Amino acid sequence: MLRDDSVSLDNTAAACRLSRRRLLRIGAVGAVGSAAAAALAACGESQVVTVEKVVTQTQIKEVPVEKVVTQTVIKEVSVERVVTVEKLMPPKQQKVTVYSGRSESLVAPVLAQFGEISGVDVQIKYAGTPALAATLLEEGSNSPADLFYAQDPGGLGAVEPLFAPLPQDILDRSPEWGRHADGLWTGVTGRARTIVYNNQKFTEVDLPDDMFGFHDSAWKGRIGWAPTNGSFQAMVTGMRAVWGEDRTAEWLQGIKANEPIEFPKNTPQVAAAAAGEIDVGFVNHYYLHRFMSEQGESFNARNYHVRGGGPGALIMVSGAGVLASAANPEPAQALIRFLLSDVGQSYFVANTFEYPMAPGVKTHPGVTPLDAINRPDIAPAELTDLQGTQDLLRRLEILP
Amino acid sequence: MASVPAVETLPGSLTPRRSPPVGLTLLAVAVTALLVLPVIYLGIRSFDAGTEAWQLLARPRIAAVIGRSLLLVVSVTAVATALAVPIAWLLTRTDLPGRRWWTVVMVLPLVVPSFVYALVAGTALGPRGLVQQGLEALIGVPELPSIYGFPGALLALALLTYPYVLLPTMAALRRLDPALEEVSRCLGRSALRTFATVTLPALRPSIAAGALLAALYTLSDFGAVSLLRYETFTAAIFVQYESAFNRAGAAALSLVLVATAIAIVALEARSRGRSRYHSLGPGANREYRPIQLRRWRWPAFAGLSLVTFATTVGPAAVLLYWLIRGLAAGEELLELVDPLVNSVGVSLLAAAILLVVAIPIGVLLVRYPSPIARLVERGSYVGFALPGITVAIAFIFFGIHVARPIYQTVVLLLVAYVVLFLPTTLGAVRAGLLQVDPRTEEAARTLGKNPRQVLWRVTIPAVRGSLAAGAAMAFLLVMKELPAALLLGPIGFRTLATVTWAAADEAFFAQASSSSLLLIVVASLPLAFILVRRGSAGILRASG
Repeated sequence: MLRDDSVSLDNTAAACRLSRRRLLRIGAVGAVGSAAAAALAACGESQVVTVEKVVTQTQIKEVPVEKVVTQTVIKEVSVERVVTVEKLMPPKQQKVTVYSGRSESLVAPVLAQFGEISGVDVQIKYAGTPALAATLLEEGSNSPADLFYAQDPGGLGAVEPLFAPLPQDILDRSPEWGRHADGLWTGVTGRARTIVYNNQKFTEVDLPDDMFGFHDSAWKGRIGWAPTNGSFQAMVTGMRAVWGEDRTAEWLQGIKANEPIEFPKNTPQVAAAAAGEIDVGFVNHYYLHRFMSEQGESFNARNYHVRGGGPGALIMVSGAGVLASAANPEPAQALIRFLLSDVGQSYFVANTFEYPMAPGVKTHPGVTPLDAINRPDIAPAELTDLQGTQDLLRRLEILP
Repeated sequence: MASVPAVETLPGSLTPRRSPPVGLTLLAVAVTALLVLPVIYLGIRSFDAGTEAWQLLARPRIAAVIGRSLLLVVSVTAVATALAVPIAWLLTRTDLPGRRWWTVVMVLPLVVPSFVYALVAGTALGPRGLVQQGLEALIGVPELPSIYGFPGALLALALLTYPYVLLPTMAALRRLDPALEEVSRCLGRSALRTFATVTLPALRPSIAAGALLAALYTLSDFGAVSLLRYETFTAAIFVQYESAFNRAGAAALSLVLVATAIAIVALEARSRGRSRYHSLGPGANREYRPIQLRRWRWPAFAGLSLVTFATTVGPAAVLLYWLIRGLAAGEELLELVDPLVNSVGVSLLAAAILLVVAIPIGVLLVRYPSPIARLVERGSYVGFALPGITVAIAFIFFGIHVARPIYQTVVLLLVAYVVLFLPTTLGAVRAGLLQVDPRTEEAARTLGKNPRQVLWRVTIPAVRGSLAAGAAMAFLLVMKELPAALLLGPIGFRTLATVTWAAADEAFFAQASSSSLLLIVVASLPLAFILVRRGSAGILRASG
């Protein structure tokens, strides 16, 4: 094994500094040092990682118990790590082209970190997941893209025929419910469907046990929804899988009868719930935490994961796949490996408030833990019939 | 009404029709071919879909949505025109203090991305938005009436589109022969009646060209109508892309949008008639004597301030509030140097290219009217009326299949910008040329100049104001353009508009504020340069 091509320590230290700054935002993430080492090891098959010294100091500031609010994020954590990495034959001039349907604001730092650690030149095209899916479908096998990183399973499903199967070691990092059955794509993070509510008007106990509870006329004109939104439609697809066509139609019609306010997407619903313009809205869970990180605890909305469970408490994934036409499949796979590594997963936990896919990575302390959510058991394959969902929504005059 | 001697409206031409130079015709054919590419793509895609895509259309909901779109188009155009014409008059004909400064400020809404404006409007004016919170603290107002739906969409789009009418109208007012209005005043008509009966009819082509752009922009907009929750036809197209990943359905619906746009364009062309708008006599070659506003300057000042507050100052204040709040909470901002350089660079390039394309086509249109000239002009509106994402995907299709070397380069992006924004520049150039007496050019020809020299030394100087207006519009539109920059730009190409969108879409308000504030400030600089410098260079008119 050659050892003369070792990567400079400075470079790696810079990468670690980046991740450290990010990690400072979350509560005690145990064994960060070893997590980093494992991640670096996972960065590519052509690397050998040696951890010489790992120092982890975690100091949690004392907070008087009566002041602890369930949603409070404990931020005062300091982590010191020294990691030495030696790389064997860093691939010269390797590059990877990523089409990212996830926003630059969310994923740019973690993608840049991969570039710094691996030495791979990461080229990224950011746009909406649907627009990039359409782009990939137009480009076909001529696409310059190596990897498609999508916001939702619908986007991945749309370009499924263009993907090549992923290696088993990548697939093993995510649970079976969070990846394609034949390994064409894998989930990178999980997001929960939830009900955002105004916490000045309600507490969780006031909210119905299950989704049909919102048929009560007390909710007339007080519900927000976003029927054109991909995540909402994924939930409806989940409903069709669990409840069947008729019961799903019944639920939709009951909500429609309550004259819900129609939003184009999730974020304005969360804002409207906090402002009291609506009482509840059907959204994804992480937007609330985004708002709270800029506006603090006084942001007047919280999430409610429906007690009775079922498709209203669906967990969906954001995910990635490598294109069959990729010119650089290895660095593309290395990138997914990195996103699913403990370091990559910790980044998402701390910064996007999503659920980690990989085992052993803790959920953000401010986010409802996955095992506290009564989620339905739905395979990703059951969430792919988007067309059926749209036909239903159109038949009920919910979609234009 | 238009019985003003110099604004001859008799049909027919004074000079015998000549055939256009071959070069001009070839250019027109080439540009037309470019302009119809998106439509060809839409045809191919919707053909793929077969009958299924068309069944999408045959539903009552779609008819309702078309109706709502048309209602919004008509209302926005009316309000935008009603706003723009008096402002244009105030800024060109009166002694209002700080007219040049006001001109820059009044044009600025063109650079505000509609999704940013709608987001800010909703936050500030929503039933329980910032304004309500202020009022509740002061006088206990529990809730404001909802701005969502038609009123909000009308307000936002009218305020964002009135500059389309303002710019060509101001350019036309500057060029108009002052003798026309002076004669009317001497004959005893009041300033207001003179404006209504003499000036306004002469401005018709400029106003109509601007109104057409406002109308088609409204037709194509998605950002404002979606956030302000007014369901239009464009929303139906987006649903096809957004949630169905259905390019065929989107294409079929887009073709209906194309048809609607063509109908609107035809309507405008019909209203133009065959009037002639240049003066036939030598005219009075001097500056306008500004109308003294006296005590009316205060209401005028208040009116302009109100518009400025609603379009820029108010939104900027909300953005600043988000920025400060975010920074206080420890938000990290994005690096904005690259996006800034990219935005300004590509916008300047696009504006220059659009001018280079629009001038010869404008000459062809006005001096050598022919079916091909009409085709290229009307065709130019199609790209502008389509949602940007549709045009971008059409160019992905052609880029990947027939133009690989320029695919995902700035070159293809600039080509797409010509298709998307040609009518803004062409409309301004055309309106300017219409007011140039062809006999001036003919005189130059008789004096031994060749056509190119005439173009450079007579025609272009005479329409400089219109060219500046056209270039300014193109610059601002490209600055805020989103889907083409995202999809057609080189890999890693970021502009101020794209980073703003990326941040706003995921509720990173501090980040979105910093980039959109920068966008507004940076856009106003070249605008100030163009407009102020043009003012100091003297007011050029066509006549004399």
